Amino acid sequence: MLKYIAKRIGLAIVTIWAVATITFFLMNMVPGGPFLSEKAISPQAQAALEAKYGLDKPLFEQYLTYMKDALHGDFGDSLKQRGRTVAAIIKNKFPVSARVGGISVLVALCIGIPLGCIAAIRRGKFVDSFISVVATCGIAVPSFVICTVLMYFLGVKLKVLPTLGLTSWKHYIMPVIALAFYPTAYIMRLTRSSMLDVLGQDYMRTARAKGLSQVVSLFKHALRNAILPVITYVGPMLAYTLSGSFVVEKIFTIPGLGGEFIGSITSRDYTVIMGTTIFLATLIIVMNVLVDIVYKIVDPRIKLK
Amino acid sequence: MKQNPMSFQLKLNPEDFLPATEEEKESLVIMRESVSFWKDGFRRLAKNKVAMVSIVVILIVMVFSFIVPSFYPYSYKEQMKGANNLKPMQYSEQELEAKAAGEKVFPHIFGTDKLGRDYAIRVMMGSRISLLVGLIATAIIFVIGSAYGSIAAFFGGWVDLVMMRIVDIIYTIPDILLIVLLSFALKAPMEGLTEVPGFGWIRTVGTNLISIFIVFALLYWVGMARMVRSQVLMLKESEYVTAARALGVSNGKIIKKHLLTNCIGTLIVTTTLQIPSSIFTESFLSFLGLGVAVPLPSLGSLASEAINGLNTYPHLLFIPAALISLIILSFNLLGDGLRDAFDPKLKK
Repeated sequence: MLKYIAKRIGLAIVTIWAVATITFFLMNMVPGGPFLSEKAISPQAQAALEAKYGLDKPLFEQYLTYMKDALHGDFGDSLKQRGRTVAAIIKNKFPVSARVGGISVLVALCIGIPLGCIAAIRRGKFVDSFISVVATCGIAVPSFVICTVLMYFLGVKLKVLPTLGLTSWKHYIMPVIALAFYPTAYIMRLTRSSMLDVLGQDYMRTARAKGLSQVVSLFKHALRNAILPVITYVGPMLAYTLSGSFVVEKIFTIPGLGGEFIGSITSRDYTVIMGTTIFLATLIIVMNVLVDIVYKIVDPRIKLK
Repeated sequence: MKQNPMSFQLKLNPEDFLPATEEEKESLVIMRESVSFWKDGFRRLAKNKVAMVSIVVILIVMVFSFIVPSFYPYSYKEQMKGANNLKPMQYSEQELEAKAAGEKVFPHIFGTDKLGRDYAIRVMMGSRISLLVGLIATAIIFVIGSAYGSIAAFFGGWVDLVMMRIVDIIYTIPDILLIVLLSFALKAPMEGLTEVPGFGWIRTVGTNLISIFIVFALLYWVGMARMVRSQVLMLKESEYVTAARALGVSNGKIIKKHLLTNCIGTLIVTTTLQIPSSIFTESFLSFLGLGVAVPLPSLGSLASEAINGLNTYPHLLFIPAALISLIILSFNLLGDGLRDAFDPKLKK
């Protein structure tokens, strides 16, 4: 187990390095630079700025300097937002995205898993067809459609919810619904299908035959096995949702990491691009490793190699 | 030969080893005509009402997006004066005058947008773009993904390890980052390419759209590759492959006869389900303004443009939004139907 985790962490470091390297060179391939778009700037001032941030050096030297600093935990200052470090920006924006994303994932799990189970248990009945239809339609609707439809009806027509910003609990309702919509539908489908699989297994019949009540057999035997695919899905999904959805943050003007990321790319804020990319990649990889370990705990049959 | 009464020795006569007569052979022939894999699958598909309805819906959408625009009286980039922001079925003043003079004016079924362009034709062109992106991107993903996945799984060992590590890395890069960076990075070389004779068509399609295809080709095949790899890995270990090996069948024949034929169901299903997710991604990108170039519409960019006028002209948003949901839903349902028909093992 420990050996496995050590191996995974080693691979994770290689992956993060590869992601950072690809991003670094791709970013610098793009024409334009952080100081080119500003109009009222003299060539001397621009050269001075570039010299200050080391942008006048050869690309490979810049890369080595960046990597050395990053290894020491220094991700540099933002090139565009004067006087703010990249770490401070991430520290400032990530909690906003993470709060909205975290609530959405919780909502998705709390609705998706029970409904999926109910559909599987009542297979072929009305409840099952109803849940399946809702779930199938749910995964077909893009998030921007949900956002705008919600905004139109709840925000503009009925005026019950505020549409912009994130200052009171009411502001959370629409972004959370929009973000949780797709995962809820997906988790419902996943739970239903894996639950159906498990319910057909021999050990379920054995459990019932040896006198376990339906509730106990469902919770102790069925759910624990049926939850595995959901865990695989939730891990990476959690990483993506926590880091902020670009569309939802754009529509509801939430000051989160997703919007910051897009903004940094369009303004060529190199250090912020690198910082957020490395941060997001690390988050996703950590989630994947966690999923594998949780997997092992939930299902001891799985061998970690 | 003297026989022990307790022995299990068989009493065999030479007659038992005579060749069977024609009559005896006849009784062993299975009478029913064999049903091929495809016939069987399509028969099951035809029985699935939901899948058939989705096929019909997809065909109708295709007719409207590929055939109807060629004889539609308006064009998607034609801006009509005085016809800005018309409600559905409303006419502009000039058109009312023309109508009063006895001319025939084709109604604006979905109204017009703020630049006075007929919205119905824009929605049709938009769904054409969305469908094209979905189909072409899926074709690219299919070719790269299945080749990559089967190579990794078949050779195994360190080849597999390295190839799958590359997949993991691609999987981890935030896709939005690569898309934005690539679309900026590709812009200059693409525009240079339009000058080269034979590549002029790129300008009409829009450099962004080509970038989207390249991004799909670079990024989105990983899911398909993983799927094919896991399938081939599993099939490689199955008993009939071992049996075939034991019988001395060559590797090439095992792949052709056993591995690929058993994969084909999964391949069809994964490919079909990839189409809606490609359309999904394209609409998302266009919505963020990273998709097709103006004036070419796509369903995502139409919805995105409509957001600002949401208060007064909600239909401009709801029509493309509903259509994109309908297209994705139909492809999803068709994919589910195909899975039930061609890949019963995967049935959920």
